[in-house]
Amino acid sequence: MGILDIFRRKKFSNVIQRIFGKKHAKIGIYGPPNVGKTTLANRILRDWTGDVMGSVSEIPHETRRAKWKTNIKIDNGGSSLMMDLVDTPGISTKIDFKEFMNTFGLTKEESRIRAKEATEGVIESIRWLEDIDGVVLVMDATQDPFTQVNVTIIGNLEARNLPILIAANKIDSENASPATLKSAFPQHPVVPISALTGYNTEKLYSKMVKRFGKKGSKRRR
Amino acid sequence: MIKKEPGVSFNLVSRHKLSNLSSDEKLNYILKEVKDGRILVLEHGLTSSEQTTLIEHTMKEIDHDTFIGIEMGGYGEEKTSFVQRVFGLIKKPRMTVIGPAHLLKMVHKSNDMIETTIIHGKGAK
Repeated sequence: MGILDIFRRKKFSNVIQRIFGKKHAKIGIYGPPNVGKTTLANRILRDWTGDVMGSVSEIPHETRRAKWKTNIKIDNGGSSLMMDLVDTPGISTKIDFKEFMNTFGLTKEESRIRAKEATEGVIESIRWLEDIDGVVLVMDATQDPFTQVNVTIIGNLEARNLPILIAANKIDSENASPATLKSAFPQHPVVPISALTGYNTEKLYSKMVKRFGKKGSKRRR
Repeated sequence: MIKKEPGVSFNLVSRHKLSNLSSDEKLNYILKEVKDGRILVLEHGLTSSEQTTLIEHTMKEIDHDTFIGIEMGGYGEEKTSFVQRVFGLIKKPRMTVIGPAHLLKMVHKSNDMIETTIIHGKGAK
């Protein structure tokens, strides 16, 4: 196949993609540490592939390297979304190794190693932003959502014109308040879920197919 | 030379000062000041892209004995109207406070108020 043919095919596929929507999207699961990103990634994988993404822990920064699975197909009635799913380390502006020692009982050495790896994880998460088509931004519905990390991630994605879907996680907790989260970010769709129990994840999948399944959906609010 | 009094050092940085710097220069300036233990209040804050880069640079600078990172809070970028966008005017960042995480703690943030506390006894060097 000549270069011209490849070019023509690429152009042709771009035109088809523009008309009929994006068939294969790279979706990043983003958010601050300990909001349940890996729990959600595991839930999605279990529901659609029977696989798991990674281990979860109450200690922040359990995921310190981005992990991904390819070719996950989510069905929603007559439509579907084929995606590569990237589970990213939690983004934070600070990492204090003493917190791992004092709050979670890790040794000094374990804490230092975890903190060092966590800083590298944050950098990796930020770099992945360059290479994704859409984001499921996971927030803890029991916490104040208006943190600078959430605001920064959303601002960054808006500037790149990438579609965002907010998963208001931990809705099974007594003090969860998804309404607070919705009012904090009214410009983006918010789906209250429990990644742990699976509550309302069907709605999340339906929104994911609608939000990420079409290239033209990037600006849809 | 002015002798420094013990206490917390706040620098209120004008829009003019930062607008004369490139993005890299701006972030280097902010990170250096914050690492030196100063809290900066920027009249014009950072774009979300600059904030992301600042977080990335901060992670590279973390030294677990002396610098654990930053605390940052700012108001959302000013919304621009359709007409402004047509004429190429982009969203403008608004006032932002940035300080070392061992010294500045964000208590609560909303669209109209940023509430912070200073951790006592850990002022600028």
